[in-house]
Amino acid sequence: MAGAIWAVAQLEDGRPKGVSFETVAAAQKLGEALGKPVEAVVMGSGARSAAEAVAAKELEAVRLIDDPKLDPYTPDPYAAAMTRAVEAESPDYVLFPHTYQVRDWVPRLAAALDAGFVSDVVAFRVEEGTPVFVRQPYQGKLNADCVFADEGSDGVRFVSLQAGAYLASDAAAGDAAAEIVEQEIDLGDLETRTEVVDTFQEVVDKVDLSRADVIVAVGRGIGKEERLDIVRELADALGGQLAASRPVCDNEWLPMDRQIGSSGQTVAPKLYLAVGISGAIQHLVGMKNSGTIVAINKDPNAPIFAVSDYGIVGDLFEVVPALTQKVKEARGAA
Amino acid sequence: MNIVVCIKQVPERDARLKVASDGRSIDEAGIATEINESDQYALEAGLRLAEKTDGEVVVLLLGPDRAEESIRRALAMGAARAIHLNDAAFAGGDATATARALAAAVENEGGVDLVLTGLQSDDAGWSQTGVLVAERLGWPSATLIMEIESPEGGRIKVKRELEGGWFQWITLPTPAVLTIQSGIYPVRYATLKGIMGAKKKEIRKVSPSDLGLDASAVGEAGRRVEVRRLYVPEKTAEAEMIEGDAETAAATLVDKLQKKAKVL
Repeated sequence: MAGAIWAVAQLEDGRPKGVSFETVAAAQKLGEALGKPVEAVVMGSGARSAAEAVAAKELEAVRLIDDPKLDPYTPDPYAAAMTRAVEAESPDYVLFPHTYQVRDWVPRLAAALDAGFVSDVVAFRVEEGTPVFVRQPYQGKLNADCVFADEGSDGVRFVSLQAGAYLASDAAAGDAAAEIVEQEIDLGDLETRTEVVDTFQEVVDKVDLSRADVIVAVGRGIGKEERLDIVRELADALGGQLAASRPVCDNEWLPMDRQIGSSGQTVAPKLYLAVGISGAIQHLVGMKNSGTIVAINKDPNAPIFAVSDYGIVGDLFEVVPALTQKVKEARGAA
Repeated sequence: MNIVVCIKQVPERDARLKVASDGRSIDEAGIATEINESDQYALEAGLRLAEKTDGEVVVLLLGPDRAEESIRRALAMGAARAIHLNDAAFAGGDATATARALAAAVENEGGVDLVLTGLQSDDAGWSQTGVLVAERLGWPSATLIMEIESPEGGRIKVKRELEGGWFQWITLPTPAVLTIQSGIYPVRYATLKGIMGAKKKEIRKVSPSDLGLDASAVGEAGRRVEVRRLYVPEKTAEAEMIEGDAETAAATLVDKLQKKAKVL
């Protein structure tokens, strides 16, 4: 429908991923604020049952793009199919979850249509009829209110939403199932460039951090591998597991299976101590649901403090050994 | 292989950022800079591939005069020469405007087999630019690359990181654009010899007209997304800050964890 807002689902094993419903919830909110109809788009091969799952939500329609070239995922057919669908239907805003997959293909779509793309949005509001999208640049240290520079002119605009920015449970259900519209897209002429050779999970002797009651995580602030020992001693004193943010594992100071965050493990221990971790969003998504969070960092403006219960601003090389000592005393006395 | 590595100069990770008086950008005074982290890994990946294939790495950077420091560092690490998109018209662009300029520079360079860049910048964090460049060039792309094998028969095989601990090996034809995940290979240090040698390497300063681009297509004039306001976020959950020297703070924290949070 011309002028509609689209929520594009992402499938996994033929079913919509949870983030797809977060996108639907966001699209419903934007549609309500702008007075525009909301539709969902489901893309895949043999994706009708996924479309039916999405159609349970309050939507004008679910557009189904079903093509064998859409499985397994590669970027070209996704970008080509959506480019053609947008050209045929002229939606105003197309919303996506900000997943690795979306980052892989949606910029191609934006460039092909010469359209703007506001990625990794954490919230939006509508001011005088214009949507204002909030992003968190500079590793989450600052917020930016963004608007499309071409707002008011014809053409499509793309938006991707950070995981958790909108809640899947807020996606309103419809009174009756939404109509599923088969979007006729012919990808027969599309040359296949990317070939998938193998898709696999890394088989590692994995430390399951999700079972730990106490986790002491160390970040870039530690500076050198040799200095890890003071943090390890604290973890031992607390009877907890040692973990890390991505840069520490990238430097191979700790193995990858100790990594917390969007590309590592997601944990929620009773006590989470973040040592020298600034709190980039990629780390926060992996630990923000922990019971009690303590952050030790030299930068009082570090984003980690915003999700913490207790904070100490200071030199971790002084604070951590002192803390180890106090913990030993407290536990010894208990 | 002829490899172009796109790098960006960004504020250092630990930099204390202040919003400038225009309310839309950061105050650059006294801010130390570095090469964007995942771009450093892209550079390392490019240098390794160039060494294996008897090729060379050309560094491509869009930024003002101050960014020359980052270019020199990349040259010291082993890049052969550099293209510096440095013109007032390039300033203030979003991912769209920047990608337009980068793609034009790759076309202008000619004979490029592979463009590498980081998966996203540590400042703007669009995570779009590399893929936008690919589409503008009409080349295939792949993102979040964890490993690259030597090219064979006009194709290159790469390992991608997917979601939820999954990985994938794919092949794609060259020329292509790859965006590199941090951690792909340990990043080399610039040697003293490299630093001395970098001083003699060519840095070609390029303006929009050198690339056949209208000034209105790049920078602030060419952007699709506008930052209306940049600000320090309001803290949603205020942490209880524990004061005092290390000893005192540690004692206070242990006390609170025992008595209030009851987690010790």
